Order: sequence, then structure tokens, then C-alpha cells
Amino acid sequence: MIVEIGHFALVLAICAAVAQAIVPLWGARVGDNELMEVGRSAALTQFALVAIAFAALVNAHLTSDFSVLNVAENSHSAMPAVYKIAGVWGNHEGSMLLWVLILAVFGAIVALFGRPLPRTLRADALAVQGLISVAFLAFILLTSNPFERLSPAPFEGRDLNPILQDPGLAIHPPLLYLGYVGFSIVYSFAAAALIEGRIDAAWARFVRPFALVAWCFLTLGIAAGSFWAYYTLGWGGFWFWDPVENASLMPWLAGTAFVHSVAVMEKRDALKVWTIFLAIVAFSFSLLGTFLVRSGVLTSVHAFANDPRRGVFILAILALFICGSFALFASRAPMLKQGGLFAPISREGALIVNNLLLTTSCATVLFGTLYPLALEQLTGEKITVGAPFFNLTCGALLLTACFVAPFGFSLAWKRGDLLGVAQRLTVAIVAGAVTAVLGAAWLRGGPILAPIAAGLAIFVIVGSLTEVVMRLWRPGVRPGVAVKRAIGLPLSFFGAAIAHIGVGMTLLGLAGVGFGAETIATLHKGVAERVGPYAITLDSVGERVGPNYKEAATSMTVRSGDAVVAQIAPARRQFAARQMTTTQAGLATLDFGQVYVSIADPTPDGDVPARLYWKPLVTLIWLGGAAMALGGALSLADRRLRLGVAARAKASGGSLAQPAQ
Amino acid sequence: MTRRGRRLSLIAAALAVVGVAAGIALYALRDNIVFFYSPTEVVQKAVQPGARLRVGGLVKADSLIKLSGENVAFVVTDGANELTVAYQGLLPDLFREGQGVVAEGVLEAPGQMRAETILAKHDERYMPREVVEALKKQGRWQEGEGVAKP
Repeated sequence: MIVEIGHFALVLAICAAVAQAIVPLWGARVGDNELMEVGRSAALTQFALVAIAFAALVNAHLTSDFSVLNVAENSHSAMPAVYKIAGVWGNHEGSMLLWVLILAVFGAIVALFGRPLPRTLRADALAVQGLISVAFLAFILLTSNPFERLSPAPFEGRDLNPILQDPGLAIHPPLLYLGYVGFSIVYSFAAAALIEGRIDAAWARFVRPFALVAWCFLTLGIAAGSFWAYYTLGWGGFWFWDPVENASLMPWLAGTAFVHSVAVMEKRDALKVWTIFLAIVAFSFSLLGTFLVRSGVLTSVHAFANDPRRGVFILAILALFICGSFALFASRAPMLKQGGLFAPISREGALIVNNLLLTTSCATVLFGTLYPLALEQLTGEKITVGAPFFNLTCGALLLTACFVAPFGFSLAWKRGDLLGVAQRLTVAIVAGAVTAVLGAAWLRGGPILAPIAAGLAIFVIVGSLTEVVMRLWRPGVRPGVAVKRAIGLPLSFFGAAIAHIGVGMTLLGLAGVGFGAETIATLHKGVAERVGPYAITLDSVGERVGPNYKEAATSMTVRSGDAVVAQIAPARRQFAARQMTTTQAGLATLDFGQVYVSIADPTPDGDVPARLYWKPLVTLIWLGGAAMALGGALSLADRRLRLGVAARAKASGGSLAQPAQ
Repeated sequence: MTRRGRRLSLIAAALAVVGVAAGIALYALRDNIVFFYSPTEVVQKAVQPGARLRVGGLVKADSLIKLSGENVAFVVTDGANELTVAYQGLLPDLFREGQGVVAEGVLEAPGQMRAETILAKHDERYMPREVVEALKKQGRWQEGEGVAKP
């Protein structure tokens, strides 16, 4: 019964979404306030209905109602409750429902907290958001109904794919979707601005918090996914340039460019057309990502066995929203007036370079991801564009962007002094160069990229810190004054500094890969095996039984010299329901690096074949991601970004608003 | 700087970055593309020893040999032709005889490759698409076999 309520709620939700897509748009055109207000109530209603549907599906999974096809195929009564819930989005239908739920959440946020926005802008944005909801709700109802019944109901479910039975599943997809779908609201506001034919600095102030929220979640989602892949796939890889990973990287790159350009627009009223363009591009990449993951056109570790009709449907949605918005952009963009002038050497100029590098790297990722598909369609040749291609193209561009970042961060708006900035950054430049040289000397003939990346990372970190210190303190300034200055500085300044330091941390972690060690060996009880600076000894091998699996568990000791530094327990789990085995890596975090051990099936006489890795600084890759998100969150907390402030600034006539021609 | 001058310098900068990126991309494409073949195509297209390639097919039943020092060798077949694959390392969790596999590495001699990466898929219901198509070409694949019911 609850399942049918969920299904019915979903049908009602699409009705509410249709109303949300049409009525406020019409109201904005004829200037009718009441019609525009319908957009708000429709958005809230739609959110409530989708939430009911989602709750119904969660309930079906929690109670292991195997008369529902989705539950029977992807759940098992013996699974722990947390995986039963996470299993809701561990499959195609459920994950699409989560997608729509988040879409509705963002719509509801605009409806609830969008009061300070101009009425017509809010109405138009809600209408566009409603239209996206209509498309995806129709997709779910017509091709991917999660509430489909199964008769007769099986006695037991087919179990969730064991690889997915991991806390990572509870964290990674929701975070990633909050990011992906968060850009929908930025897209809706961009479309609304184009429909209205006007855009100003106030628009940037409204949209920037949403973009920052989406960007923070996307950053965390990608970092979480990368960490999950790292510890679960058994060989310590954290990024594979897999098409689906690329699909999440592309909106991140476009979104990163957007949060930078929208800052220029807000502060200097420049780059308007470009910012709108990026807003459309960022969400288009989110849609493209959804298409790539959900249609099964690409061979990927994320691919599900899939129904081709779904691919066609999503492709139609993709075409509608991308072509529609670009048509709107082409017809309206010339109407948008350009604002503030600036010299090429200025913070604006540096941000343009940042945007150029980010969007170009995004384009290379797009090319590398789609080229094999296109080539196969055209010539029938099957090729793989692998890591070397992306490392060379995207890597080179992003490293250049990292090099530019500290300069941009230290340059003044409007007209900057490059020589002065270079002087300010002397310490950082020297620190980076010394790191690179020492790194190269340490590796001697090894990969040259690793020391360069390490040097750049140190340059970015020290450069960002230098800028913070310089703003607060010069020789001779009393500490009290420095503290007062720190309080006076906007939070978004510290947010940007921390985000840049996060970039440096991630880069340092990536550089650490080049300094690691790897051994494949068969471990015998009590015999130490060396990897990097550590020695690993196998202590015991045993059998253990979990709720829905049994595992060959081992216990190992990690020693540095004679001192025991860690105990690890790599294991192999055998899941009966799906006849699958998974590897549970043994991890020990030492400083910022990790010892990583994954094992194969133990031999009958108790020996264990294993891969042993030493990965120095590897945790910085994800800690850097967390720091980037923290920086974004700090900027978000900046009081200047609160909606009310933006509205008051506009009302007082202090804004840089410019009417359309 | 005038508005027009600024716009021109912007466009020039954009073109320069895009041009450099395109140059690097083309250079990278020349060296870093790996072609996918079925064992039959390896024979038909006379792939030269020393070439990098990906080969997909089924692991032939009873062909897996474990050699010393984590070395293994097995035969990949598409029904018509076969290829021996040598690999050092631990095979993926889902590697089984009779199941689909994709191996990436270097062709050492006709009919013999040394793999650096072995891919088997996460889900036992899912067969690598490339393998499905390679098998279809040999008429060894029935629609619906091994694929999840919608």
C-alpha cells in the first residue's frame, strides 16, 4: 500500500511540476503577482510529493518488501540497515529518484528563501526548475519506475552488489548529486536572466551562494568517490580517467570556472555574458554526466546493465535543455550590457586566465571522453583514450592554472602590479623551486612530473599563506592590529585562501604518488616483506563470518625499523547471494601517507599472495578536497552573500544594476 | 585600454590557449591511443608485435596456469581464434574461467601478449560491452544471455 502511495505521489509530483513550469512563467509575462506566486507553492508541493515517494521507497527497502522489483533485485534481508537505505540509490531507478528529490529540494529552497529576489526573476527561475523536474519525473515514470511490483514475490532478494556494500555508497552518491543537481538552480537563474534580458551584479550576488553550495558538494562528492575507489578496488588507484569520473570532473571544472567568474561579475560587473555561458555549460555537463552514467553508452566501472530506451530518453532531455538554453543564449546574450573596464594585468585578468585554462581543460576531458564513442560510430574502430592522454593534456593545463592561482590571488582588482606581486611571492617561489629540485634529486631519473607538481603545490600553499599574512601583518605592526584586521577582512577572503591551499594539498598528494613504492609478494607467516620505509609481517590467517558474507581475514604488523607502527587486517569477503568476492584492503595511515595491503585468496598452507604499497602523502589528495569545500563554505558564510543584504544593497540604489536596452 | 582592444586581446589569449591545448591533445592522441581487438581481429588485422592493444573475449576454460612469483598465463578466446596472455600480479576479484575479460598490454609475438592491466567487471550479470560485440561478431552470443532482465 505504501508503495502505491509512493507511486501515486510521484504522479502527482509531475502534475505539480507542470504547473510550476507554466503558471509562473506566464504570470511573469503578464505581470500577475498571484500567478507568479503559484510557482512557489507548486515548488513546495512538488518537493513534498517527491519526498513522500522517496520515503516510500526507503520504507520498502528497510522492510525488505521483495514484492517490489527494485527491492528484490537490489536488497537482501540480511543486510545491515545502513546498506538497506544506501541501497535505495545503489541502483538505476532509486538513484534517479534521489536525483529528482534533490532537484525538488533546490526548487523548494528558492521558493522559501527567495523572497528578496525580484519577483519575475524568481518566477522565471522556478519555472525553468519546474521544467527540468517535469523531464526527469517523466523519465522515471515512463522508463525507470522504482515502484514496479513483482508477482509472485521472491522469498529472498538478490542482494546489493557487494562492491556497493560500503559506507562509501551512503556518502558518495548523495554528495555528488547535491553537486550535480545544485548547478540546476544556477542554470535556472541563468535561463531566467536570459528570458528577462537583464542581468546585473545583484544577480551574481543571488546566484553565487547556490553555485558555492553546489561546488562544495561536488568537490566533496568527487573526493569521497575517489577515496572509496581507492580503498575498495584493491590496488590503490584513486582516479582512473574512467568516463563516468570524467563526467563528474567536467561539471566540477566548469563550476570552478563559474565560482571564479561570478566573483568578477559581482565585484566588477564584468564578464556577464561569459558567466551566463558558464552557468549553462556547468549544468549541461551535469546532464551529460547523467546521460553517460545512465545510458550505458560507455564501458565503465559504473555501468549498469541497461535498457537502451532509457539512453534515448535522457539524450532527448539532454538535447532539449542544452539546445534550448543555447538558443536562448544566442538570441538574448547580445542584449546584455558589458560593464567594468580593467587592465589585462589585474585580478580580473588573472581570473580570465583561470577561466580559460579551466574551460580548455574541461574541453580536453570532453574530447577524450567522447572521441572513442564518435570514432566507433564513424569507423567501427574501438579505441581507448587512457590516462596518459588526460595526464598530458588536462594535467598540463591544470598545472598551469595552479601556477597562475597565487598571482591572481595577490593581484589587485582593475589594475595590478605584476612585479610587486612577484616580489610578494618571492618566498613562495623559492620554496616551490627548492621543493622541486630536492624532489628531482631524491627521485634521480624517475618521473619528472612528480617533483614539478610537488614544487607547484608548495608554491600554491606558501603563496596563499603569504597573501593572508601580508594582508594582516607587516614588520612593525602590533599583533592586536593584525587581529583587528583579520576580523575586518571578509570571510570570503579566507575562504578563497583555504580553497587555494586545498588545491595545493591535493596537488601535493598527487605528486606523492611518484615517490611511492609497490611490491607484489607471497607473504609467509612471520617473514617480513619490505615496502618503502616499512616492513610488513603476516601474523595470522583465519575465517570469519559476517551478516551476509564470510571472509578470509588476516592480521599483519607494520614496522618501521624495529618499532611496531600499525596493525592492519586486509581480508577477502565471499558474498554467497551473488557468488562474488571483494577485497578489503588493509590500510594504515602514517603521517599523511598510507601503507596499503590487498590480498588474494590464501593458499592451503596459509601463505597469502598480496600487493603491498607505500603511498606517501596520499591522504592529502582527499584532505585537499575537504579543504576546498571548507573554503567554499567559509565564503558562503560571508555576510555580504546573504540574500537580504543583496536586496538591501539593491534597494538603496547602491547596486550596479543596469537595465536592458 | 579600449573596450575593443581589450576584447581583441582576450580573443587572442583564448585562441592561444585553445591552440596550445589542441596541439598537446593531438600529440597525446598520436601516442596514447590503444585500439581494442578481439582475438580474431588480432589475426585478421595482422597486428604487429610491439603494438599496444586491448584484447577482449572469454577466458578459455581450464587455460589458467599459475607460474612462480605471481605470474599467471591464460588464454583469451572468441570462439574462432585464441591469444595467450601473460600477466604478473593479482587477478581481479571477478576473474573466472569462462567469463569475459579485457586485457591491456603489449603484443609480444603473434598470438601472445603481455598484459599490464586485466579488467573484469564489477557485476557478474554485466559483460564488458566490447566483449559482447566481439563475441557477437563470431556468432557466439545470444541476446539476453548474461544480461540483466529489465
